[in-house]
Amino acid sequence: MPADRDEPTLDKTTLDKAPLDKAPSHRAATDGKAGLAGLAGLSTDPGVAKPDPILVATGMTRTFGGLKAVDVAHLEIQRGVITALIGPNGAGKTTFFNLLTGFDRPDAGERWFNGRSLKRVSASRVARLGMVRTFQLTKVLSKLTVLENMRLGATGQLGEKMWAGWLPFLWRDQEKEVTGRARELLTRFKLDTKEDDFAGALSGGQRKLLEMARALMVGPELVMLDEPMAGVNPALKQSLLGHVKSLREEGMTVLFVEHDMDMVRDISDWVVVMAQGQIIAEGPPDAVMADQRVIDAYLGAHHDVDITELDPEVVALEVEAEIGAEHGSTGASTTEELER
Amino acid sequence: MDLITTPLHDAFAPVAISYVLAAMGLNIHYGYTGLLNFGQAAFAAAGSYAMAVTIVSFGVPFIPAILLGLAASVVLSLVMGVPTLRLRADYLAIVTIAVAEILRLLFSTSFKKYFHARDGVSGFTGTFRSWNPFKDMEGTFLSFSANDLWVMVVGWIIVALVSTLVFLLMRSPWGRVLKSIREDEDAVRSLGKNVYGYKMQALVLGGMIGAMGGFVGALGLASVQPDTFNTDFTFIAFTMLILGGAARVLSPAVGAVLFWGVLSFMSVALSELSDIVPGDLLDSNRIGNIRFAVVGLVLMLLMIYRPQGLFGDRKEIAIDAR
Repeated sequence: MPADRDEPTLDKTTLDKAPLDKAPSHRAATDGKAGLAGLAGLSTDPGVAKPDPILVATGMTRTFGGLKAVDVAHLEIQRGVITALIGPNGAGKTTFFNLLTGFDRPDAGERWFNGRSLKRVSASRVARLGMVRTFQLTKVLSKLTVLENMRLGATGQLGEKMWAGWLPFLWRDQEKEVTGRARELLTRFKLDTKEDDFAGALSGGQRKLLEMARALMVGPELVMLDEPMAGVNPALKQSLLGHVKSLREEGMTVLFVEHDMDMVRDISDWVVVMAQGQIIAEGPPDAVMADQRVIDAYLGAHHDVDITELDPEVVALEVEAEIGAEHGSTGASTTEELER
Repeated sequence: MDLITTPLHDAFAPVAISYVLAAMGLNIHYGYTGLLNFGQAAFAAAGSYAMAVTIVSFGVPFIPAILLGLAASVVLSLVMGVPTLRLRADYLAIVTIAVAEILRLLFSTSFKKYFHARDGVSGFTGTFRSWNPFKDMEGTFLSFSANDLWVMVVGWIIVALVSTLVFLLMRSPWGRVLKSIREDEDAVRSLGKNVYGYKMQALVLGGMIGAMGGFVGALGLASVQPDTFNTDFTFIAFTMLILGGAARVLSPAVGAVLFWGVLSFMSVALSELSDIVPGDLLDSNRIGNIRFAVVGLVLMLLMIYRPQGLFGDRKEIAIDAR
């Protein structure tokens, strides 16, 4: 029931974007439909197994002092679809992102990208393997021009080796190829008129576009976007949405953190909900947003009841029952108890 | 006439060249890569001591001794960089300034058989001076000695070669990665670059250039003394770099020449002034301090009205203000 919701979007051929010319060949085999079809009829329990996962994480935990920021038992990200990671503020989404991409080390747990373990693999190596991220607070390189920002994204550049750098004839041809690819992407993201401006002179929204375009220069298979819509005006939001969708058309997998529910509903094929460091639900957008666990996590269990109508004694009994249940379970952490 | 010739002499003398090279190394560290190295003196000291001691105490020929000096600066880069380059920039600053002081104290108090404490190491210039083609030009040009002329010609050739190398490297994709690391190293990491490796390469390259500064200074003075390499050495080199404008190829050279020229001009001018002005106002003993105060004032004005330095790009500075 959830999968065919997105069928019309996929069949649309209105997106006349220039395809990435550096797409690895195996991408053609796993087009968006196959990835999406695989999601049909899956259960919506946290950690459900996917038929064709590109990224798998198991037992990931990260604590800051007494706070268990991330405690993810199991998560699989389906290849070729757009997966949203949502959750209230402080749910641990960005920390989980950092753990997945190698920018932070988990206390425990393992993760696999394309079946390859990422244990003790550095963040830069993770990016070279094809899993590229952007940042919540946009990180453009202010004192480099827009074009230089883009060129930096290309991998395997001979001119980036120290011994070859001072001999321009060794890397000039490759630089031309990289520049061509950078200009193509800049045109697609409508930044081509800005290529000689310092990146620091761009507006907030243009920086978001530049960061996304620069990430594509790496030639990723999995694009991880940390709040791509934060602080972006509605018009630009529409164009960013189009760009994210076009990534899926080209066979890339997208995982993004977002607070904007309209965007999540609009473009995601699968939604993962985090609260207090744990994954509490996952599933197709409509199903997840109607899920009682999700509503409770966002709004509290009594959000739709007028507080004056509650019978104090009933509430007291409920609270006691909850406390009793927590003391019964060994998993209750001290912070959770403190919060209550 | 002294008002012109003395500043000119000082601005291009071997000591000035050693600062030019030290500042060029710092330009790679700080200007391009954003590494806060407060111990450039350590690289110059390690290089010049390694060269001098291997010649004097172990009879190593001149060229291999130079190579050993460069190797010493590489080892020093690794010692400083391996534990700190994964951490925030502040840690490198702390470690470098500490290592520089430790080295200076080590050279001035320990292993006296080799380092000769405060007297320093001397007697290593024989081979170099024997190659001097200007032996009969003693005192003919700006009253430089024949030895100074020879050191200066070699020194400025090294400066030219290093400048060319830095120019080529910094417009290459390698230089682009360094500049990007200066701006935001997490962004660079997210694009698949091994940031730690690049920082290490920058530290080693800048350190080797600093060691060359040590060689030129040592050959000019014909001795290596620990007190040459106190913290002033590093901070004067930083001053010259910022005076010229960080992350510009020629700014260390121009900054150093101007700095020495102005400093020397001030001391000549002040000493001539002290003959006229009553002793209570301007004592000749105070000239040394007053000239530094005046140079400091000039630098403050420069930073207020031209924060990008002489060669910097005003637009780049404007971005920081956002």
